[in-house]
Amino acid sequence: MRHILIALLTGVLFGAGLAMSDMVNPARVLAFLDIFGAWDLTLAFVMGGAIIPFVIAFAISRKLREPILNTQFYIPENRIIDRQLIAGAMIFGAGWGLAGYCPGPAIAGFAFGDWQPVVFVFAMLAGMLANRIYADFSANRAAIT
Amino acid sequence: MPPLDPVIALSGGLLIGLAAALFLLFSGRIAGISGLVARATGIADSGAPRSQTWAFVIGLPLGATLVSLWVRSPEIVVTSSIPLLIVAGLLVGFGTRLGNGCTSGHGVCGVSRLSPRSLAATATFMLAGFMIVTIMRHIVGA
Repeated sequence: MRHILIALLTGVLFGAGLAMSDMVNPARVLAFLDIFGAWDLTLAFVMGGAIIPFVIAFAISRKLREPILNTQFYIPENRIIDRQLIAGAMIFGAGWGLAGYCPGPAIAGFAFGDWQPVVFVFAMLAGMLANRIYADFSANRAAIT
Repeated sequence: MPPLDPVIALSGGLLIGLAAALFLLFSGRIAGISGLVARATGIADSGAPRSQTWAFVIGLPLGATLVSLWVRSPEIVVTSSIPLLIVAGLLVGFGTRLGNGCTSGHGVCGVSRLSPRSLAATATFMLAGFMIVTIMRHIVGA
């Protein structure tokens, strides 16, 4: 139960930060990505602000044997930059630039009663599912050959 | 649309970072939204227990609601058509799963821990975003 409460509380804080900083506004995100237009650096300030607490928390986590409510840390240890990572980031960045939505702000955007983030999120889930099907298909083919 | 007051932008960012920091210290996990969503919906097989991922995801619009009621009401302008929203969503969904993360997991958490994968991914999705917006606004839309 405490796990669920912490997840809810951190989700609320995260969504509050997205609304506070205007990241729920796709026009604001697109204005950051428009470097040859009226460049708006808001997103850079938001990212800078978000990095500060996490740098501190990550340093603290290195000194802890386990998290406060869990038996171990789940930190990705993979350090290899492969084609999948770069292709995935390119595809994601292209979609981000098309509409100005990434996953967090689109879901937080449900708060304002607009239909656009709902359409985006359903399409996003379809994209995730398509990736899952593609990954399963590739794994099967690799197992056969 | 004038740029947001940098102090407000920074404080919003601090809230996001604080959320990710608490999630790491209490639950031991990276607050990557695309991964949490994939896990909540069952698209991903491994990760945090699904009840926790649902709680986090539901928290996002709740937190946004609280801010708009008590602190400030963000102005929201969406100009994308339905087909554009669908194409963008498909690309974001497919790409974040293929590349194991989005703006939160790679851009905030991964960059903070200087993960080489996250630094590479963040540079790549930023560059792709810059290119698409430049093409759409200054080449096609010009």
